[in-house]
Amino acid sequence: MDEILTYAQAEPAGTVAYAEAGGLLSSVWLLVAIPLVSAAILLLLGRRADRWGHWLGVAAIGAAFVLGLSYFFQLRGLENKSVELSLWDFITVGDLRVDFGLLFDPLAAVFVLLITGVGFLIHLYAVEYMAHDEGRRRFFAYFNLFVAAMLLLVLGNNYVMLYFGWEGVGLASYLLISFWYGRPSAATAGKKAFLMNRVGDAGLAIGIFIMFATLGTTQYDEVFNGVGALAGGTVLVLGLLLLLGAAGKSGQFPLQAWLPDAMEGPTPVSALIHAATMVTAGVYLIARSNPVFSANSTLQLVVVSVGAITLLMGCLIGAAKDDIKRVLAWSTVSQIGYMFLGVGLGGAAYALAIVHLLAHGFFKANMFLGAGSVMHGMNDQVDIRRFGGLSKYMKVTWITFMMGWLAIIGMFPFSGFFSKEPIIVAAFEREGWTAWLFGGAALLGAGLTAFYMTRLFVLTFHGPKRWTEDIEHPHESPKLMTIPLILLAIGSVGAGFLLATSVPDWLTATAGLGAQEEGHEAVLSHTVITVLSLLVTVLGAGLAWMLFRNGTATAPQPAGVLVTAARRNLYTDAFNEAVFEKPGIFLTRALVFIDNRGVDGLVNGLAAAVGGGSGRLRRLQTGFVRSYATSILTGALLVVAAFLAVQAGWLA
Amino acid sequence: MSDFPFLSVLTVAPLVGALVVAFLPRRRPELAKQVAFAWSLLVLVLSVVMWVSFQVDGDRLQFRESYPWIPTWGVSFTFAADGIALVMLMLIAVLVPLVILASWHDAEASKRSVPVYFALLLILESTMIGVFAAADVFLFYVFFEVMLVPMYFLIGSYGGHQRQYAAVKFFLYSLVGGLFMLAAVIGLWVVGGKTFDWQTLTQVDISTGTERWLFLGFFLAFAIKAPFFPFHTWLPDAGGAAPAGAAALLVGVLDKVGTFGILRYCLPLFPEASKWFAPWALALGLIGIIYAALLAVGQSDLKRLVSYTSIAHFGFIGVGIFAFTTQAGTGAVLYMLNHGLATGLLFLVVGMLIARRGSALIKDFGGAGKLVPLLAGVLFFAGLASLALPGTAPFVSEFLVLIGTFTVNKPVAVIATLGIILAAAYVLWMIQRTTQGTLNPELTEVEAMRRDLSLREKVVVAPLIALIVLLGFYPKPVTDVINPAVQATMQDVGKTDPAPEVGSVQEASQ
Repeated sequence: MDEILTYAQAEPAGTVAYAEAGGLLSSVWLLVAIPLVSAAILLLLGRRADRWGHWLGVAAIGAAFVLGLSYFFQLRGLENKSVELSLWDFITVGDLRVDFGLLFDPLAAVFVLLITGVGFLIHLYAVEYMAHDEGRRRFFAYFNLFVAAMLLLVLGNNYVMLYFGWEGVGLASYLLISFWYGRPSAATAGKKAFLMNRVGDAGLAIGIFIMFATLGTTQYDEVFNGVGALAGGTVLVLGLLLLLGAAGKSGQFPLQAWLPDAMEGPTPVSALIHAATMVTAGVYLIARSNPVFSANSTLQLVVVSVGAITLLMGCLIGAAKDDIKRVLAWSTVSQIGYMFLGVGLGGAAYALAIVHLLAHGFFKANMFLGAGSVMHGMNDQVDIRRFGGLSKYMKVTWITFMMGWLAIIGMFPFSGFFSKEPIIVAAFEREGWTAWLFGGAALLGAGLTAFYMTRLFVLTFHGPKRWTEDIEHPHESPKLMTIPLILLAIGSVGAGFLLATSVPDWLTATAGLGAQEEGHEAVLSHTVITVLSLLVTVLGAGLAWMLFRNGTATAPQPAGVLVTAARRNLYTDAFNEAVFEKPGIFLTRALVFIDNRGVDGLVNGLAAAVGGGSGRLRRLQTGFVRSYATSILTGALLVVAAFLAVQAGWLA
Repeated sequence: MSDFPFLSVLTVAPLVGALVVAFLPRRRPELAKQVAFAWSLLVLVLSVVMWVSFQVDGDRLQFRESYPWIPTWGVSFTFAADGIALVMLMLIAVLVPLVILASWHDAEASKRSVPVYFALLLILESTMIGVFAAADVFLFYVFFEVMLVPMYFLIGSYGGHQRQYAAVKFFLYSLVGGLFMLAAVIGLWVVGGKTFDWQTLTQVDISTGTERWLFLGFFLAFAIKAPFFPFHTWLPDAGGAAPAGAAALLVGVLDKVGTFGILRYCLPLFPEASKWFAPWALALGLIGIIYAALLAVGQSDLKRLVSYTSIAHFGFIGVGIFAFTTQAGTGAVLYMLNHGLATGLLFLVVGMLIARRGSALIKDFGGAGKLVPLLAGVLFFAGLASLALPGTAPFVSEFLVLIGTFTVNKPVAVIATLGIILAAAYVLWMIQRTTQGTLNPELTEVEAMRRDLSLREKVVVAPLIALIVLLGFYPKPVTDVINPAVQATMQDVGKTDPAPEVGSVQEASQ
């Protein structure tokens, strides 16, 4: 008996097996259904729901959160913490069987709690934030749709279900980013987000095709159990395609350009996209697919590289931006880079990445909603050069934002310290020189993060006032907005320690997660790394405080090569425009010309030639049916003659 | 109930209705519309009964009836339907009443007779049903050609800008294709033992060279009809000039005769030739997917844009057919249905926009969402269905086509998958230029642009939206009908699905 137990524990990466959902957990589909039905009601009832629609939207997410909590506790008591619920046969054709089914396991559970918990607070905040917008009901319909799609994404029990939610999230983000569709910039940003996501989606789709072609299935358990039998090259290609999908959804290099533009949506949208949903989907995909990623070290190296490049890129660009939401947006790009770094490192670092994702969910939602609160009081101003001294006027926003700021820069004992520092340590645990490379990048990123986030914080809340003339007395936001801020701030302070101590244990119960790997000793001792990371954080923050405590110029300043490049997003937009957009437009125009003149002209010309010159063609088109009849007959005779010739063996 | 002669009754019933409608007094157009609508609903009810009576596990061809026609030539009125034909018949029965309802005021714009317009729609329905229900090759050919006539008049008499040019081009193009088919039909009769009966002909052995020529004759006609690149240039003209309702039927149903014909005639009758030509057909499909999507991005006219999106979708169907796997084949047939629903909806909604604005040019719109939010919302939904978003029916078919193709031909499937990015581009770019952005000041001056969807228009779009969503989440009732027919077709061609490359997981774990 003992032997069997030891055996079972010694092989956590063994066969993945899911139990069937029973009892309370057999109603786990309600998590997706409730927000979806709410969205449908809000859209179908139209103006009739204008008065109360937003409260329905809030209640739907609240109910989902309560349900999620009860499912979570139910799951804790189970032996096999991975339960499946098959709802109906989605696609059954030949050997392809796709289940419309859900999987509730520890990994899914933490995402459900993040999505519905933080999502609920953002919904609550939006009730007040959108109070004066005539489209508030529509807004909440899209918000609910977003949450429903995201829940389907994390709850599916196969890759097609994931793809279903995946594209649903893309749709909802499109609707929300271009919510103010009357503005050309908002419409363009929404389209850009959807298109870039579709590039990633295509990669994910091809990945799914590979699974079916090689393993004959798209169900998680069967894919994970079969991945060991695949050739190394196949695993590499499969993983790269999944990574492409993840990069699209999470705004990682090279598909990061849509994420900052997504700021065109109302601020609560940014909070929802950046904290609780959407951008975390890519991390989820990689964590969920970890048996695939753990099976190939080249693949892991690519993921780690993408994470490292993106985290530095986000820091550099974030430091050069003056729009409060865009700085936060680039900080998301950068923080998700840390998570990719974590999931790429594999082994125990999967759990670390998820912890950082959860902590990030709190402090990023906190800061985005704080930014919204600032804008609310400042006539929708977003330029941090035009803020300053707001700490005296918006006490709640100031204090709560401070918690988020301290959390993101990783100051002890705020949540970021507990979630980010272990990833840096893990990066130093790689083999050989790559430990120095990725560990160094993660450390440098920590310093840069401290710099640009402090710049943002100081320029907004401290130093001299640099307001535009129309503002006399900025006001604090109403209670409905500040209460979510306070709750999220508490999360930013306390969640880190709690999460870092409990979540990794909880996640090990996820079937297949955290495959055993022989750990390397870190090239530096743990203590040294901790001290170093705190040191660079204090240095970065201190430098920014010194530079910006007396405010800054309100007009653009001349800058060196690096800053100019950072202001222009390191020329990535210019690259996309020059390499994809311009040639694409040219190609399209050229093809339209060719199709009208060339292909059509060729066919018309051929007809003319057959008819014996254009004069006869014109006569052909006189519209007399009897002349058509003659031509049918002639043609038929000709072809029959040709056919008889074939029959007689002259041509065959 | 399965003894009831469903197919002949369904073919004849709309024709009778058309005669009744045509002879109604011209001064009472409302009565003509109501009779036509009621008649098409009757056909729908009968089709539903037929759908229910169809035995999923039964014979491949059901509801078979046969009446002698020209015995000396072996021609007979033989009707029968397999799962593929059944699905297409259902699509016709659903679309026609909605098109009639959507076209309620379309004929009034022209100076022609209103009752005749609706009579033509019913004649078109009759010939379309006939072409899918025929199980005699000659009968099929006759319906194939006769079908052109009502559509020719619908475009030529009731169409918009350049209608004469478009109608003649449509007619001539189809006629040329039909000629090749006629030659092949006669050839088939010669080698097949002087019979036109489809079932008998599938048993005939044909020498390789002859088979290829006969295949080409049929394929050319179907490739023009579908249309596949490079035979597609008539469609944007016809689709652009036809009244919206007729365009919905043209693209939604009429063109499917091409892909249906390939499945029913080319593959089972000429299996060796089908395999021999398959690489070329796949190439044409692939070119269509990418090329037509790029062209759709560049269109400045709404109806032409939708026409080009259809050509891209037909590329997917073509790829699905010639991949010769169960998934791809079932996906292709499902695509034929879903495309009919989705593009039918798209054409009808675009028609509603154009009718209000009095122009089909995209630049004449801009910011229309502010004026007609509901209409803009339905247009967006139709666009999502067109780009095959999960949750809408076309996703399932596109996914099946791609995944089925991937198992046998990876490069083709991968290139085709790029089409889904282009699809997003042409749909969203069209949505942005028409309904989003700053409001075009000229729009506010058009009185009709301030009227959102009327009750009649809501009744038109609601069933299509409901069907698209329903089949997007639960396609099983339809795939179960299609699957046996597709599997039988694959057997005719002698193709079986490849096994998973590393062996089935279930087996491995045992």
